[in-house]
Amino acid sequence: MQHIEIDRVSLVYDTPAGQVAGVQEASFGMAESEFLCIVGPSGCGKSTLLNIIAGFLAPTSGEIRIGGRAVTGHGLDRGIVFQDFAQLFPWRTALENVAFGLEMKGVPKAEREEIALHQLRLVKLEKFARSYPHHLSGGMQQRTAIARALAYNPAVLLMDEPFAALDAMTRDEMQRLLADVWRETRKTVIYVTHNVAEAVYLADRVVVMTPHPGSVKTVLPIPLSRPRDPLSVEFLEHQKQLMRELADQAVKA
Amino acid sequence: MNASAGRSRSWRRAALTLLVAGALYEALARSGYFAAALLPTVTAVGQTLWAMLIDGTMLRHAAYTLYRVMFGLGLAIAVGLPLGILMGRVPAAEQFFMPLVSVLMPIPSLAWVPVFILWFGIGNVTTILIVFYAATFPMLLNAWSGVRSVNPLWMRAAGAMGANGRSLFWKVIIPGASPFIVTGFRQAFLRSWIAVVGAEMIAASAWGLGWVIFDAKEFLNTDIMLASLAVIGCIGFAFERIVFGSLERATVLRWGMVRAAKG
Repeated sequence: MQHIEIDRVSLVYDTPAGQVAGVQEASFGMAESEFLCIVGPSGCGKSTLLNIIAGFLAPTSGEIRIGGRAVTGHGLDRGIVFQDFAQLFPWRTALENVAFGLEMKGVPKAEREEIALHQLRLVKLEKFARSYPHHLSGGMQQRTAIARALAYNPAVLLMDEPFAALDAMTRDEMQRLLADVWRETRKTVIYVTHNVAEAVYLADRVVVMTPHPGSVKTVLPIPLSRPRDPLSVEFLEHQKQLMRELADQAVKA
Repeated sequence: MNASAGRSRSWRRAALTLLVAGALYEALARSGYFAAALLPTVTAVGQTLWAMLIDGTMLRHAAYTLYRVMFGLGLAIAVGLPLGILMGRVPAAEQFFMPLVSVLMPIPSLAWVPVFILWFGIGNVTTILIVFYAATFPMLLNAWSGVRSVNPLWMRAAGAMGANGRSLFWKVIIPGASPFIVTGFRQAFLRSWIAVVGAEMIAASAWGLGWVIFDAKEFLNTDIMLASLAVIGCIGFAFERIVFGSLERATVLRWGMVRAAKG
């Protein structure tokens, strides 16, 4: 049995123009501690699929199982990081933001602050524990959001283009940091992106989605050793292969 | 520049503005175009004010007025804040109360004074209820807007972290709506302060800053009128700057949810 199973998940929207399929029969499985990227052209429904996995949207049909159990609605077994920096609570310091999930769980203050501080250390922000989000840069805010999603120890970390709004240099730095965090925590991660190089850098396997309506076209393994060198021949080879998969369907669409 | 240096600079700027306005008035008063009884000089007004402060009458007038404002404002917050939040969260409550709010809100609170006098007589009850009427709507509308403007992403993030019901309300919705709620307090106070003076002119007897102005008109005591107006302005200014200014600095400014005022 796979750790996470996405089993023929579909979502159909009712619009004034009739029914529109957002996601169609998407299926894939994941092993524990696997890093999986979902890549596809914009509008293919990859974020929608992530929102279904997160439990913010209910699928029209199909099922999501974590550890063999079907999930409905959101729950503390999934942590989520959004693209928008505004996801942090501006009225809470970085530490208080990270401690939020534990606070909801009823963990005593001293203990949750200790855990939160440990998480902030993991994303190299322990010096900014007492800062409010508006005093942090975009990259620092996203790191805080990652620490916050990890703090209550969910079974899987869901990330919806978390670095897409950052400048290229910060993005590279964040990808390295995330790779380090993943190596240390061995979390199961589902990471949505439209950035091919990012997917090859981070993923064990890449799920390629077809354009609208989104379904799984193929799953591409990236069997490169870590840390990965984005300038190596093998890296570029995988990047090319992934781009071919995407370009192929762009012509058809 | 640190915050306290910035604040003292902003006080100095405010003082300068008031000083220039005062000097212009003084020039007008001394120009001789107007009768001194109608346009007393700043010095004359200052002397009257000093005398009234020394003998305690001005403080007593101010105390009456402040009592009415605080009572009415307190009631307005107690009703407007929860009701506005309820309307922002529960569509049925919004549908039920919105027509009522839309009809009552545009009626100037002072238009109710004669009615309230018939119902409650002259004195504190009427003035407090007028303040309550004036302050409830800005409080309610701001709370309502604030709740509706809470970033849905915060709700999602909090929901994903297991917040629900009570914790979502106290730890996300209320702080998320705080810029509007603080503005609501501010506007409600301002409307109270405006309404109380008007209400006291018609519906108070013997005490209150509004009453003393109206009473002084009978004896052509322009200096008393202007002295009382100065006190009204000063108290309003002090509340605006000190009470609501510190509230803002301790919350929404500190959190970066609104930008600092210039001046």
